[in-house]
Amino acid sequence: MCLFQFQSVMNYFPEEVLEHVFDFLTSHRDRNTVSLVCKSWYSVERFSREKVFIGNCYAVNPERLIARFPRLRSLTLKGKPHFADFNLVPDGWGGHVYPWIEAMAKSGINLEELKLKRMVVSDESLELLAKSFPNFKSLVLVSCEGFTTVGLAAIASNCRFLRELDLQENEVDDLKGKWLSCFPESCTSLVSLNFACLKGEVNVVALERLVARCPNLRSLRLNHTVPLEVLQKILVRAPQLSDLGTGSFTHDPDSETFIKLKNAMKNCHSIRSLSGFLDVNGRCLPAIYPICISLTSLNLSYAPGIFSNELIKLICHCKKIERLWILDTIGDKGLGVVANTCKELQELRVFPSDLYGVGNTAVTEEGLVAISAGCPKLNSILYFCQQMTNAALITVAKNCPNFIRFRLCTLDPIVPDAVTNQPLDEGFGAIVQSCKRLTRLSVSGLLTDQVFLYIGMYAEQLEMLSIAFAGDSDKGMLYVLNGCKKLKKLEIRDSPFGNMALLSDMGKYETMRSLWMSSCEVTLGGCKTLAEKMPWLNVEIINEHEAGEGEGEASCDDRHRVEKMYLYRTLVGPRKDAPDFVWTL
Amino acid sequence: MEKNGSGLETELRLGLPGGTEVEKNEKKRVFEEFDDKAAVHKNQVVGWPPVAAFRRKNSFNGGKMYVKVSMDGAPFLRKVDLSMHKGYSELVTSLEDLFGCFGIGEALKEDEKNNEFVPIYEDKDGDWMLLGDVPWEMFANSCKRLRVMKRAEANGVGLHAKDLLKGLSKEE
Repeated sequence: MCLFQFQSVMNYFPEEVLEHVFDFLTSHRDRNTVSLVCKSWYSVERFSREKVFIGNCYAVNPERLIARFPRLRSLTLKGKPHFADFNLVPDGWGGHVYPWIEAMAKSGINLEELKLKRMVVSDESLELLAKSFPNFKSLVLVSCEGFTTVGLAAIASNCRFLRELDLQENEVDDLKGKWLSCFPESCTSLVSLNFACLKGEVNVVALERLVARCPNLRSLRLNHTVPLEVLQKILVRAPQLSDLGTGSFTHDPDSETFIKLKNAMKNCHSIRSLSGFLDVNGRCLPAIYPICISLTSLNLSYAPGIFSNELIKLICHCKKIERLWILDTIGDKGLGVVANTCKELQELRVFPSDLYGVGNTAVTEEGLVAISAGCPKLNSILYFCQQMTNAALITVAKNCPNFIRFRLCTLDPIVPDAVTNQPLDEGFGAIVQSCKRLTRLSVSGLLTDQVFLYIGMYAEQLEMLSIAFAGDSDKGMLYVLNGCKKLKKLEIRDSPFGNMALLSDMGKYETMRSLWMSSCEVTLGGCKTLAEKMPWLNVEIINEHEAGEGEGEASCDDRHRVEKMYLYRTLVGPRKDAPDFVWTL
Repeated sequence: MEKNGSGLETELRLGLPGGTEVEKNEKKRVFEEFDDKAAVHKNQVVGWPPVAAFRRKNSFNGGKMYVKVSMDGAPFLRKVDLSMHKGYSELVTSLEDLFGCFGIGEALKEDEKNNEFVPIYEDKDGDWMLLGDVPWEMFANSCKRLRVMKRAEANGVGLHAKDLLKGLSKEE
């Protein structure tokens, strides 16, 4: 039966049946597709949709969201562009959540879940959120900023059915308030609590009591102020935990407290995910050996206090690990141990431990090759390394054709092949040719236009590409724009791509979420042309140095190179909250 | 600073002649805005390596950076936590408090005749460096120990307060 006939048959069913069928579609992409089939499917879909994902908060506005999805219960919003993580986007750029919360509150939306990434979240927003949605259950904030412990106190005090408060890597002003004590005695519904990114002390008695009265607590991540003694007491109360983030992990290993901790750990049969060790004494690590054998996820990337040999000893116990985040203190030798031990490994991230130094502890291509040879299920990697070679990358490509995400960051952004001194074009070319399911790629090292020819030719599933200090001419960018049909996000810095590449296929940007270009060759004139021809794009020029001087003649010269440009498709035109230094063309 | 070429012309390469050659003039444009191409290689570029700002602040030494400080003439050493300071002037103030003296910070205001002390530090390579030349964060991550020298000794190695002044005022 073809789709048309199938659809006609489907239309004989009452809407409730369609709705029930749509219930099985969990991915927002599938639901988006289904809503495009015909008017009645669009209508049924929109009234039954409860979860909405908005990858760029400025692509739509709160009013349109609410008008289309009145039964919205769970919202995910992303704000600033990815390069904001690396201080390339000035403070005050935007991404405020308040208007969204305000609009949903006014419209009587029954919001239960809110997940935000790279957004500005004020205490007022949190207070409004806490007071407006009686069934609110889950707040997840990732890489956000703008709030203090006062806002957290409002959430704790008012959200009676709160299940999840998950704060990941946020910049929080810790006013040393008693936010944790604000969870009322009646709050027993917590399933997940993560406050690892907070700097200040919490009331540990309140914490222990909270843990004791929440029998469904599965995930708990403490901050560095929570000492080992308290961790021990918590584990006794909550042996059912499946995800643990230790706070500080340092104590006299001969003490009674430590012995009690070891025993408490042994009793935690459900822990599958471990992180923290924000302050650590390596001699205390043996306490976790009993749970290592069951771990599937281990994040030691915030634990520079663990030395290489202790790290290796620990890894030897982790035979079932699927996700491993570590520092490069592990060294190539340690990665060899990972390769021999962790046969279930799917995702590996190796972060630099020494940003400015000589880099003696950094890893090289050897470690990467070892991992690729030893871990057959590897499909996602983020690897900061001191050096790389084409030969190594070619070997990795052969060993691991299943990469979905491949991100390589050489500490020197333009370092050539360490053996041949050639650009790393061939190495990355091998990766894209071999890994047919690659959706995310970051390249680094010395690279010419050639690597982009390969990417355009082979990376058919690529959705996100990050480029820095690479390429020779507009051709490089053109290869990518013409070749990568599924490209959604392109971010480029310090590369010689200019107007010719930018303007060659302007319609392409409507098929993408966004394009970031900084310190490239595009000029104001080029950006203006693009903005004129493409009304469904916001073309933002970010000019932090010019702010305060007004739009001087120099900055208005069309021939001038643009320092930072961020463009994205949008249904709602130029945003009204842009600060002075952002000029939407 | 040579404006022509990228400095790679004189580099010995192992590739075949006529092999993949970087277009030198094109590469130059990328580096135009840097005062020194070496800056790119030495990770003095903003936002490189691409480690998230949160991670930069939080994953190095658990945030605490205690280093020993010795003062010429003082009978014992002290320790100072670099992570508790936001810049050089704050550090200099702490040092003055620790040793109960004035003068370490005097180089900020007075001319070279008057500053009695010269603060230096040992970096990860084992070299002794004058305080203030590099951005604060870079210093904090590479400093292994501090020493406050008496001017008389510093003169012998040609350190001048002017340099100190330049370095300290840069970060203001």
